[in-house]
Amino acid sequence: MSVTSLSVVSARKLGLTFETGDGPVHALSNVDLEVSKGDFVSFIGPSGCGKTTFLRVIADLEKNTDGEITVNGMTPEEARKSRSYGYVFQAPALYPWRTIEKNIALPLEIMGHSAAERGKRIERTLDLVNLSGFGKKYPWQLSGGMQQRASIARALAFDADLLLMDEPFGALDEIVRDHLNEQLLKLWARTEKTICFVTHSIPEAVYLSTRIVVMSPRPGRVTDIIESTLPKERPLEIRETPEFLEIAHRVREGLRAGHSYEE
Amino acid sequence: MKPDSLKNRTLPVLTILVVIVAVWYVGAYFMNAPFQRDLDRRGNVTSTAMEFVGKTMAQPKPVLPAPHQVAQNLFENTFLRRVTSNRSLVYHAWVTLSSTVAGFTMGTLLGILIAVGIVHVKALDRSLMPWIIASQTIPILAIAPMVIVVLAAVNITGLLPKALISTYLSFFPVAVGMVKGLRSPELIQLDLMRTYNASAAQTFWKLRVPASIPFLFTSMKVAIAASLVGAIVGELPTGAVAGIGSKLLAGAYYSQTIDIWAALIAGSVLAALLVTIVGIVARIVDRSMGGRPA
Amino acid sequence: MRRLKRNWQPLLAGLLTALAAARLPLTLPDAPAPIEGGMTIALIILAAALNVVLTLGDRGHAMRAGVLFVGAHIPAAMLLSRLDGNEGQMSASFFLMIAASWLLAWGTVSELAQIEPRSSTARSFLRLLIPAIFGIWILILWEAVTRGAGIPFILLPPPSAIGARIAGSVSVLWADVQQTIFKAVLFGYVVGCASGFAVAILADRFAFLRRGLIPIGNMVSALPIIGVAPIMVMWFGFDWQSKAAVVIIMTFFPMLVNTVAGLGVAGAMERDLMRSYASDYWQTLIKLRLPAAMPFIFNALKINSTLALIGAIVAEFFGTPIVGMGFRISTEIGRMNVDMVWAEIAVAALIGSVFYGVVALVERATTFWHPSNRGG
Repeated sequence: MSVTSLSVVSARKLGLTFETGDGPVHALSNVDLEVSKGDFVSFIGPSGCGKTTFLRVIADLEKNTDGEITVNGMTPEEARKSRSYGYVFQAPALYPWRTIEKNIALPLEIMGHSAAERGKRIERTLDLVNLSGFGKKYPWQLSGGMQQRASIARALAFDADLLLMDEPFGALDEIVRDHLNEQLLKLWARTEKTICFVTHSIPEAVYLSTRIVVMSPRPGRVTDIIESTLPKERPLEIRETPEFLEIAHRVREGLRAGHSYEE
Repeated sequence: MKPDSLKNRTLPVLTILVVIVAVWYVGAYFMNAPFQRDLDRRGNVTSTAMEFVGKTMAQPKPVLPAPHQVAQNLFENTFLRRVTSNRSLVYHAWVTLSSTVAGFTMGTLLGILIAVGIVHVKALDRSLMPWIIASQTIPILAIAPMVIVVLAAVNITGLLPKALISTYLSFFPVAVGMVKGLRSPELIQLDLMRTYNASAAQTFWKLRVPASIPFLFTSMKVAIAASLVGAIVGELPTGAVAGIGSKLLAGAYYSQTIDIWAALIAGSVLAALLVTIVGIVARIVDRSMGGRPA
Repeated sequence: MRRLKRNWQPLLAGLLTALAAARLPLTLPDAPAPIEGGMTIALIILAAALNVVLTLGDRGHAMRAGVLFVGAHIPAAMLLSRLDGNEGQMSASFFLMIAASWLLAWGTVSELAQIEPRSSTARSFLRLLIPAIFGIWILILWEAVTRGAGIPFILLPPPSAIGARIAGSVSVLWADVQQTIFKAVLFGYVVGCASGFAVAILADRFAFLRRGLIPIGNMVSALPIIGVAPIMVMWFGFDWQSKAAVVIIMTFFPMLVNTVAGLGVAGAMERDLMRSYASDYWQTLIKLRLPAAMPFIFNALKINSTLALIGAIVAEFFGTPIVGMGFRISTEIGRMNVDMVWAEIAVAALIGSVFYGVVALVERATTFWHPSNRGG
């Protein structure tokens, strides 16, 4: 298991302060974290705890003001420029004027892949997210869950090893979300990607992750990191087992310790 | 056509149109009656009520021509005259149309160009944009006669001066609409392009331009209508010899009310046609870009 | 390289000035009042050089903007002040230097645009300052080119002449404004907007009327309504009443269409809430739907403020008593008194902006809750 010790994301004393008209806001403060290759790490906490900000710092969509962070051993900017991650946003953000396959082709066009190569990859990633046959549809012809799957396919298309997902299923109803969680786990097992996953749902975090990072607000910081004891193979029913409930309980405790329930 | 659109849309519109025509006829009777009464008294003519009503609808220079008089004039001057004839409405409409389209094309291109500059150069955004917005509050049409006369003084006449007025009137809506359109991509879509490390040119062509297309067409509909008004007003001064505007002016000089109304209707038909054409093109483009059918 | 790119305006200005220095004096050989211009050259070079030094020292935007501002405007003022007596007699050197000081002004605006002040007063000051500099430079370039190159007065009079004409004809301009604005525009605007609003309420009450009127109203807004002007002049005579009639027709439809659209925006949930209170049509209208429609109604009021001016002025082209802005424009252009025409247009522009500004201020006061009015 020497591969798992390879560090994909490594943050040391990471901090980010926004200067606003009402004075500085500490979005992140003193975050230490290692994400190893093949990990599925969830970030959980109330809104304002900096979980999305942390993901955006990894993606070089925000710049940290303190501390250090490396992604695949590079600065986030270098990592972004070498296209080392795929990002899935809260909303599908599909371009309405492109069909599903053209949407998946977008990053490939930008990165300069040939048409033949694009076709191959589109087919493969559509298959990965179970959307084969929907390539010619426009986004509005698909349900919300299917649109979000298409946006995951778009993030997978260029074979980055790291997948950053910012509350990707937050806007979907629970039944669809269960289904997508199950599919995401299968996809993770098949592709062996490293996944950083932001959520505010405790069951979702416990069900999906190998590690759960509990965060709390003002200033945004890490209050607990919980290693999951669940096996890699996880049917949906696992959520009724005592182990699952035990981990969920620890997450809830972590959130309470960070005073996340006040307000 | 869906059956309920007949009941919900066509029928009410037709009803209102019928009411308008009816009011028009009644109005024509009452507005023309005093003069007709005067005429009859002087000519010592006595006529039955029906004959009198008929006469109010058949004056050569009525205060308000009856709809059928206008329709007849419109029909004669559109279909029965050679299109090269000075009395043909087709000829006048063509003159106005050509400068409208020329000005609209230049105005649209200019507007797009300015919008691209404003979106990409911060100094232009801060300095030029407030003036563009402020200039929309100014009655720009007032300078139309001056543009025509001044350009005529340096021997620029014909289509170009009128087209310049149309250009001027049409570039504002396009510039403002395109600035909105090029800025319409949401933050999340721009972030997405950033995660791909897309260049500014790639973001422009693959995201901003397609996102701005609906805004472009909306503003083009406003712009083409403004262009037509510009062309017509551009034909008013200097006693221009051709065009819808000159027909209006000539009609006003010689009190040819029927001619005025016919020219007015011709101008309206032209406007409706132009806006419809832009609308159809917008629809086709929208479909080809995967727009959800309405 | 990056610094060079950020400083291309001052650098190019320096280059142009050097070129200008090589081609002195500022006037053509047989100008009546020849000028040397070494002093101006020195000033521009100094400002450009100082700016480059500041950039190398990584000084703030505000400081560089200040240097460039002074370096652009003092030479520009000096150059303009020497135009007297030398109309049409300026050499290439003069225009190179005007271009150079314009580039410095552009540099000023670029630097100012980079400043992101914290305090809101500073922000609104900048928001006014930047377009003001831009506007002033339109006038400076206009003045310099028309007078320096001796462009025929008829083609484009210099702004100074227009200003002098405005100052010299206040009484005429005031009479025109009274005739066109205070009589035709205001009356027509109020009646047109009010009747458009009243019909919109009627159309809202009776769905059949709405379905019939709205498509027609939408189409009419694209038509060249201004063409009814000659008819109105025949019906209502040469005086302001005919112009007011044109204004009424032009402002009626935008108000109708916008009000009906605005009355439709109140959400289903809010309407259901009113229903649960068993509120009747008029209560729902006044307490919910009219306030929700306010942004649309004000949009129509703003559109109409411009349309009313256009309608009244253009209608005057078809015949007026011997007073009025449209009358003045069409007769003075016939006599080739273009400065008077420009003066009239300047007044019309000013009134148009003020009219619009007043409506916008009232809107801010009444629809302060709307998202577009919050947070500057």
